[in-house]
Amino acid sequence: MTDVTESQESVQPGGAAESTTTGAEITLTNVTKRYPGSKNPAVDDVTMTIPAGKIVILVGPSGCGKTTTMRMINRLIEPTSGTIRIDGEDTQSLNPDKLRRKIGYAIQQAGLFPHFTVAQNIGVVPGLLGWDKKKIADRVDELLDLVGLDVDTFRNRYPRQLSGGQQQRVGVARALAADPPVLLMDEPFGAVDPITRGNLQDELLRLQDELHKTIVFVTHDFDEAVKLGDKIAVLGNSSKILQYDTPEAILANPADDTVAGFVGAGASLKQLTLLRVRDVELRQEAVTVSVDESPAAVREKLANSRHLYALVLDRRNRPSRWVHARDLPRATSLATAGKPLRDMVSTQSTLQDALEAMLAEGGAVPVTGPQGQYAGTIHLETVIDTIQTLREERNDDGAAQEEQ
Amino acid sequence: MNLWEYVVDRWDKLSLQAWLHTSEVVQATLLATLLGVGIGIAVYRSPAGSAIATALASAVLTIPSFALLGLLIPVLGLGVAPSMTVLVLYGLLPIVRNTIVGLSGVNPAIVDAARGIGMSRISVLTRIELALAWPAILAGMRVATQMLMGIAVVVAYAKGPGLGSEVFAGLTRAGSANATNQALAGTIGVVILALVLDGIYLLINRLTTPRGIRD
Repeated sequence: MTDVTESQESVQPGGAAESTTTGAEITLTNVTKRYPGSKNPAVDDVTMTIPAGKIVILVGPSGCGKTTTMRMINRLIEPTSGTIRIDGEDTQSLNPDKLRRKIGYAIQQAGLFPHFTVAQNIGVVPGLLGWDKKKIADRVDELLDLVGLDVDTFRNRYPRQLSGGQQQRVGVARALAADPPVLLMDEPFGAVDPITRGNLQDELLRLQDELHKTIVFVTHDFDEAVKLGDKIAVLGNSSKILQYDTPEAILANPADDTVAGFVGAGASLKQLTLLRVRDVELRQEAVTVSVDESPAAVREKLANSRHLYALVLDRRNRPSRWVHARDLPRATSLATAGKPLRDMVSTQSTLQDALEAMLAEGGAVPVTGPQGQYAGTIHLETVIDTIQTLREERNDDGAAQEEQ
Repeated sequence: MNLWEYVVDRWDKLSLQAWLHTSEVVQATLLATLLGVGIGIAVYRSPAGSAIATALASAVLTIPSFALLGLLIPVLGLGVAPSMTVLVLYGLLPIVRNTIVGLSGVNPAIVDAARGIGMSRISVLTRIELALAWPAILAGMRVATQMLMGIAVVVAYAKGPGLGSEVFAGLTRAGSANATNQALAGTIGVVILALVLDGIYLLINRLTTPRGIRD
């Protein structure tokens, strides 16, 4: 779980990434798709801007037109009306095949070509673009490395010799092959088991942290949307945008009942996955003692502070055990007195991890800083207050916007 | 003269006929493949088109080969032209059917991915769809070849080349010296050629099916 929080942590604050953006902005203006013979348009008058270098998730129930919307961006489906611009350029002005070569495309079950080796699959687009063999081979190795597959093991394998997760990785590598500024991903992790999916999501966030592509990601899984998205567009029927905002904002203040229903139960718990321990106030009230102090000295400290517990820190200032006042008379050294810590969290951890640790510890949990040194304790009331405050702020924002 | 002595005695003629027979069947199969795959590509996207093409190709098979030949002789005369026409028409069905089955059996997600990463329609068809349908198409060619080996005997009636002329000659001379040997030599020759070609198909299948989709 730790790498989840770290990779997520490094992506979320978007400001720093702006300078190295390689993605392109996508704008949809009044885009409509109408199929002949059906009364309601599949996509009805969608206007949205997908900012450069961000992951935007299109999320909605099955059949809401989210995939159709995405497929109009690379013209696998031609819009009936409206314009789509990538980096300011109207997609209709380009040959669709040439357009698609500049847009990475990854789909559910990877869609790898079964009669091509892994290397051939990844090298297809560079081949179409006329790169020479040497350059393609180098690029393939680079990409296998990037998606975490051993080059010599996997280069010459066929897709059927790979696990579902490995196929997805190759699928992502193929999508990235020609270094396109835009990536379209249609439920790419929908067909793999939950653990593999979690790993692939982490990998995607790690990749995005390096690459800063503009990623349009379609899913029906709101949790996936919260985890991956810089912004989430919650879509209703005919791809109507019900809400288009950051995950935090949607969780704190769903635009309407449909969105709230889609966000589902446990919105507050989901919000905790987006907040970090370092974002909240830590308390410094716990009595801390060094492992080298004598039990007698600790008794005195505890008596003076009217606390029952002391937190024992090791020689490098890292929390190691809790010791209760009644353990002290019998104790010979603080290294063995009391109980070892069952759980602690770092300032990088999510509030969800902190809550989990509080439940395990049965109260306040020690927090450690970047090098593992003691930084304070986090309390249940702090978490509750934080959620409360956030909700009120969002509600105020919402009310203010409505008044305008 | 027993059969063995007959074959040794007439080896020059028999081997030439065998060669002509094989060559005729292989050429007919190749022509039928060109036509059949073309038809398959033209219709596989439409269920109605596929049904019509398959039905027409099947209808050809229901015409007795002898009757078809009889119908063609007034139009095309004797010799290679009517023989080849009959063989190609009969070879179409397994190839058209297998091409349609093979092409429509390609996973749509793979085709979608190919389009999505920027392959042109022609590339998708040749590099992905036909490549993946190839084992099925080859199986159709194999069935066609086997069938045509037998039918090629019948078309010799229209003075076409091949071992059929031996069989017919033997049968019309029934009772005279070496008549049975002649008919038998022709028949057994066809069986042996069919087995040899089948073996070659296995080899081609092995060599041309990419490892990634080989069973």
